[in-house]
Amino acid sequence: MRKFRVLKNAVKAICRNPTRTFLTTLGIVIGIAAVIALMEVGAGAQKALQNSVASMGVNTIRVWPGTIVRGGVSTGAGARANLTMTDVEGIMKNCDSVARVSPIVSVRGQIIYGGKNWSPFSINGVSADYLEISGWEIEEGEPINQRQVDRGAKVCLIGATIVRELFDGENPVGKGLRIQNVVFKIIGVLKAKGANMMGMDQDDCVIAPWTSVKARLKGAGSTSVTSASSSTTTTTTSTTTASSTYTEGVSLYPPVSNSNMPPVRFANVDSLVVEAKSQEDLYKAVEEVSASLRETHRLAPDVTDDFNIRTMAEFTNFLTQQTKTTTNLLLCVAFVSLVVGGVGIMNIMLVSVTERTREIGLRMAVGARARDILRQFLIESIVICIFGGIVGILVGHGTSLALSKFMGWPVSLSYSAIALSVGVSALVGVVFGYYPAWKAARLDPIEALRYE
Amino acid sequence: MSLIELKDIKKTYVMGDILLPVLKGLSLKAEKGEMLALTGVSGSGKSTLMNILGCLDRPTSGEYWLDGAEVSKLDNDARAMVRNRKIGFVFQNFNLLARTSALENVIMPLGYTASHMSEKEMVEAGKAMLERVGLGDRMDHEPSRLSGGQQQRVAIARALVNKPQILFADEPTGNLDSHMSDEILDIFREINANEHVTIILVTHEPDVAHRAKRIIKLVDGEIADDVILEPTR
Ligand SMILES: Nc1ncnc2c1ncn2[C@@H]1O[C@H](COP(=O)(O)OP(=O)(O)O)[C@@H](O)[C@H]1O
Ligand SMILES: [Mg+2]
Repeated sequence: MRKFRVLKNAVKAICRNPTRTFLTTLGIVIGIAAVIALMEVGAGAQKALQNSVASMGVNTIRVWPGTIVRGGVSTGAGARANLTMTDVEGIMKNCDSVARVSPIVSVRGQIIYGGKNWSPFSINGVSADYLEISGWEIEEGEPINQRQVDRGAKVCLIGATIVRELFDGENPVGKGLRIQNVVFKIIGVLKAKGANMMGMDQDDCVIAPWTSVKARLKGAGSTSVTSASSSTTTTTTSTTTASSTYTEGVSLYPPVSNSNMPPVRFANVDSLVVEAKSQEDLYKAVEEVSASLRETHRLAPDVTDDFNIRTMAEFTNFLTQQTKTTTNLLLCVAFVSLVVGGVGIMNIMLVSVTERTREIGLRMAVGARARDILRQFLIESIVICIFGGIVGILVGHGTSLALSKFMGWPVSLSYSAIALSVGVSALVGVVFGYYPAWKAARLDPIEALRYE
Repeated sequence: MSLIELKDIKKTYVMGDILLPVLKGLSLKAEKGEMLALTGVSGSGKSTLMNILGCLDRPTSGEYWLDGAEVSKLDNDARAMVRNRKIGFVFQNFNLLARTSALENVIMPLGYTASHMSEKEMVEAGKAMLERVGLGDRMDHEPSRLSGGQQQRVAIARALVNKPQILFADEPTGNLDSHMSDEILDIFREINANEHVTIILVTHEPDVAHRAKRIIKLVDGEIADDVILEPTR
């Protein structure tokens, strides 16, 4: 009841000089607005990061060929081209923590449909498990199945960007897409994922069976295909141009069970993507995959790995750390402006105490104790600061909304930032309001009443 | 027992090395319901004495018995309490809160101790006081829209809202013309007569002093004269 009365008086006192109150709070408003906007943009970036990590697969492990160091010259990652399907089979057989494995064979090149052409960001050859591993969903049509992989069928899936660029409003499913002059039948469209954390458009992609990419497209893998397959490539390529059945063709990659004949193998794949059974199993899976690869590569115990294993987690941690550091730095700047705002409050409160000396004397004469005066001025300063804080929250939230609208920055409402801001502004009010309030409370009623 | 009893009150201001004795051993008694005027030339120590009587200041030495209690040695908070419960002040320059309605000015003192009163009761008390001083139709007016006499009446209402036993008025008519002064003094007499509030009026004007029932004249910090004009019933 009394507390409420004091609060009411404080609000009244503040409302008696609205212009000054507004100017006083400006520092706090700016400080809090900066904190809120930064926290929201930071939280948005963080969330976008999590989303894109999820979209890239949280449980996934990438395996790249290792570097060759010859005479002190590193040839760079992937130079060895030593990952093969044997490794894939080895991993599937040996690693308990692994759920799925897919090879990846990448090519670059133009794709053509109708009169339009486009150079997609990626054209990847993969196995049937790839969609699951990478978290792709099918918007329309069918995923790639094992049979198509086994047979090297000329089928493909395309991402939303390609649909947009090449097919204006047309349904791409069932159409023929020319990739490097080889026509692949589009069997499905991938559900849009958006940009990944490096800002690359993940939907700008073509996904096809790895066998088809390896055998039929130029520049797949670091070394050329074996003679066995290259001859097949030529034949099928020539047939495609003539015939129209995409899915038929020779069995390029018969099932392993067919042991009496040596499997037709292609020299290598560019990389492997491995999915652990769960996020907890990720590190165990890394160990197991590493052991399995050393076995299939027949590496002696003292030889270093001829492959590189990367998990998404490392990358994510790095990026998260980076985002956090940046946000924290900016927050420091915002807090400096809060302190400056606080000094502004102190200044105005001191002026206010001087101006209201007679009022203070009067209040003391009618029975206000020193602590009543202290409380009055302290609460006024806290109310001003919280008011500034609330305006700051609105301004900051508005700013971050504007940023998300006009700059396309991801933002997310941060309740902790709001709670923190209210707390911080109240604290600023206490810290910077205390000295003026204390000065007011120390006044001598007789002197104060006589003050002109 | 008297309402007010001063025993050998001394007040000496210290200004650097110089001691400035203002009240030089002053004793006096005042009863409940008295209306007395403190007069004397400027600088004779009237305000100093009033500040001690009003528990705004402490004497350097001596005893001050107020309503049966020794109050001269009380600390700041305790004196604030005494002021709130027993004493009302009216000042020469009114001392109203600017940009605050007459009503809110009047109920301001209640905010400090009247925690037993609800907001509504406080407003009722304030309204009653304003009506008492003849400003029932000016409740919402801010001081800037009131004449000097009206402002002083608001100040009197404020001084009385706590139902004090004693009302101190330091040169209450100093800023008013003679017509308004008469009005204010009439109100004081009325309050004194009807509510039996003890009134101590500080003034250097003989006309004003003569509206009181008893006149105490200070010369150089000592009581030079103590005249009863009308006996207090
Ligand atoms: N705070 C103070 N410090 C020093 N001297 C003071 C103080 N207050 C009053 N005086 C001196 O005490 C004397 C009496 O002052 P005051 O009580 O205000 O007289 P009056 O009200 O009768 O004019 C004056 O000489 C004044 O200068
Ligand atoms: Mg005086």
